Amino acid sequence: MTAPTQISHTQAESDLLARFDTAKGDLSGSTAVSDLRVAAAEQIKTKGLPHRRVEEYKYTDLRAYMKSAAPLAPKASAAEAKALADAENAYGELERFRIVVANGTYLAEVSDLEALAAEGVTVTDFAAALDQDTAADLLATPPSAGTDGVLALNTAFVQGGVVITVKEGADVSRPVELVHVSTAEGAIVTRNRINVAKGAKLKMLESFAGTTGTGETNVVFDYKIADNAEFATTRLVVGATEGARLLTTLATIGADAIFKILGFMAGPAFARNQQFVAFEGENSEAKLYGVSMARDRCLADQTLIIDHAVPHCNSREYFKTVLDDEARGVYQGRINVAQHAQKSDGEMMTQALLLSEGPEMANKPELEIFADDVLCAHGATSGQIDEDLLFYLRARGIPEAEARTLLVLAFLSEAIEEFEEEYVTDFLEQRVRDWLAGK
Amino acid sequence: MPAVQETIDQVKAIDVDQYKYGFVTDIESERGAKGLSEETVRFLSAKKGEPEWMTEWRLDALRRFNTMEEPDWARVSYPKIDFDELYYWASPKSVEGPKSLDEVDPELLATYEKLGIPLREQEILAGVEPKNRIAVDAVFDSVSVVTTFKKELAAAGVIFCSISEAIKEHPELVKKYLGSVVPVTDNYYATLNSAVFSDGSFVYIPEGVRCPMELSTYFRINEQNTGQFERTLIIAEKGSYVSYLEGCTAPQRDENQLHAAVVELVALDDAEIKYSTVQNWFPGDSEGKGGIYNFVTKRGDCRGKNSKISWTQVETGSAITWKYPSCILRGDNSVGEFYSIAVSNGYQQIDSGTKMIHLGKNTSSRIISKGISAGKSSNTYRGLVSAHRKASNARNFTQCDSLLIGQDCGAHTVPYIESKNASAVFEHEATTSKISDDQMFYCLQRGLDEEGAVALIVNGFVKDVIQQLPMEFAVEAQKLISISLEGSVG
Repeated sequence: MTAPTQISHTQAESDLLARFDTAKGDLSGSTAVSDLRVAAAEQIKTKGLPHRRVEEYKYTDLRAYMKSAAPLAPKASAAEAKALADAENAYGELERFRIVVANGTYLAEVSDLEALAAEGVTVTDFAAALDQDTAADLLATPPSAGTDGVLALNTAFVQGGVVITVKEGADVSRPVELVHVSTAEGAIVTRNRINVAKGAKLKMLESFAGTTGTGETNVVFDYKIADNAEFATTRLVVGATEGARLLTTLATIGADAIFKILGFMAGPAFARNQQFVAFEGENSEAKLYGVSMARDRCLADQTLIIDHAVPHCNSREYFKTVLDDEARGVYQGRINVAQHAQKSDGEMMTQALLLSEGPEMANKPELEIFADDVLCAHGATSGQIDEDLLFYLRARGIPEAEARTLLVLAFLSEAIEEFEEEYVTDFLEQRVRDWLAGK
Repeated sequence: MPAVQETIDQVKAIDVDQYKYGFVTDIESERGAKGLSEETVRFLSAKKGEPEWMTEWRLDALRRFNTMEEPDWARVSYPKIDFDELYYWASPKSVEGPKSLDEVDPELLATYEKLGIPLREQEILAGVEPKNRIAVDAVFDSVSVVTTFKKELAAAGVIFCSISEAIKEHPELVKKYLGSVVPVTDNYYATLNSAVFSDGSFVYIPEGVRCPMELSTYFRINEQNTGQFERTLIIAEKGSYVSYLEGCTAPQRDENQLHAAVVELVALDDAEIKYSTVQNWFPGDSEGKGGIYNFVTKRGDCRGKNSKISWTQVETGSAITWKYPSCILRGDNSVGEFYSIAVSNGYQQIDSGTKMIHLGKNTSSRIISKGISAGKSSNTYRGLVSAHRKASNARNFTQCDSLLIGQDCGAHTVPYIESKNASAVFEHEATTSKISDDQMFYCLQRGLDEEGAVALIVNGFVKDVIQQLPMEFAVEAQKLISISLEGSVG
């Protein structure tokens, strides 16, 4: 409504603009990519970081949170990155292939390339792909994301990442872990493209290791799921970090395909997991799950928009939040059903458990429906642990602390178990126990 | 179920024209100068013979309004309103303070008769069931024409009069409560209303009194190019009870008309206010031309302990509805309720819902919202439920269901649920669906025709809300719903 006028920049915004001036010569990309980067930087200049007056960031004021912006992290040495990834070993004993992105750059030498090639999976450098003529397509934003500020930050600064391509019909035998390592303080900004070709099957594990100091982590996962493909990924965002964790899912799903994702967040001071998922083919299914746990003064935000752009698709969104101390939880979800997307079936549920007097939960489950022959429902609840249930368990000789743990586990397991990826179930439940024990 | 049969008959009886209140009363009337300015406000205030403090209050609101920007967050679209092209004062010439009903222009009385609003007390008294008497305050364009049953109400200590009269007769009450629930600068349209409100109802129920009859206001916009800005203030003292009904209609005109009202309710300790609305402003014709812009701010303040405010609304009219009747649950153990049926057809746009702000301990609220969209309309539920730090044991249950009839309409749900207290328990559920083929088949197979079947299913869908309406209104509401849906099948 009002003309975009020059805003007065915060320290972080000035830092970001200075960072862009310093880094733009070093950042890779064709002319088209450079233009996109400049446009994105211009957006930061005119609109600033997203803040609470921006509807999508009503509860997640990034502008207020970021006091300053650290420079981009320097290049990491492969040995150091490997040592760190091995040491943190986010997925324990689970048999898997691993791809390492350190300080924003893909490290081929410490990734399991040969084994992956044998499975029909090729991995290439995203930074190198940006230099190609067709690279602008790699940075495309879906319409539902609009002019999202976090995506703009990513486009302006993206250092690198990977392009993972699973060939047609391949059934990858083990989960593929994509680990983002930080060996030095500084911001990491990466973008990954995952192409799952027709009829292929892939399971992924995503994790983050090391510390970025006050630097933000801004990672975009751009999934292209072709017809008849099956894809599942677990996103693990754990451990205390001061720098904001800003994660974005972009996904397009072809016909007769299955897309599943579980976002598990516990620990970061400021974490936002935002997802923009769109159906492009009929008879497909998308299942999005979320587990957020936060204490102290942390903020955990799960935001999603799912676009039923074509008929006959199903989507399920189950999100659980556990909050303690002064923590804040945010869930914003929207199911869009386009006018011709008849027989769409969407079901969204967000539930929050508040463990003490201090925390705050904001739920905003939305439906936006333009087709008449649909079945869409959403639900939202928030409350505390039921004293009757606690009494029941204690009456059976279970100590209070254990009883509480059991009840929280039971609450969260509805999301963890419904995800139906058994290889991570026990492992995630252990993470819940660890978090409850304060580890 | 006789009511259902009635609905079907109603649908059958209507032929082409859906809106039966679209007639214009040809009556000599007087209008103020066009445009929004300090002069307009002073003219209006002088016309009503208001004291100085009231004029200042209005001017202050106007100054603030001039610094504000029109909100654009609602899911409605309309051409920008030119406030300088509107008339802010229109009144039938003959009603410069009629002393009794006999002095009221017969043309006006005929209008209300045509609308089915009983203004003659004796007629009402002659009714079969004396228990169902209703006192009416009839507002025609900018002025209150008549208020019935005043004497009887006064005997019970109840003050029921137009707000202009209250400003003169009971300034201490008006000063104390006006703007205390909806502050002058609450939002764009509320501020506009504060500057130029013309008339409305004032209700004061003294301590411990259960209002002996239903109170009601009937709003009618007649003039062209006028905005209606009414202001209603209801105060329920400790331990009192009142049930208040509101109805509205307007003639069928090509241009859009603005209706920006403010309603404030104050419930003190142990008081209860039940506020019901049947809104049937002209919705525009089948091409989406004309109709009322209904931009209304309604808010109730449960100021005292154990108080209760209940909103029930049936929204079938208006080209655009933008309204969120809310409850501020300040007193401990206070209760807020919101029951709504919003029906949109043609090119209507509805963005409506409620806010339940839990501030006190052990407060509870309940929201039942049923949206029905047909034709090319858009129907949005937008609601906020929030519990503040000290709102221990707050409870909320929200259910909002949408029903889509036809392929060109939209139904949206935008709930905000904010909990800042661990002991607050909030539950929210929403569904969107269409009338299932199975349900239709079942009804058709039993010999109902398609429209009859739709009417039956829709009546079942909205039953939860209809039950909350006072009996007289329930019947009318049911008729209205069938009218609005006419032509949506097939």
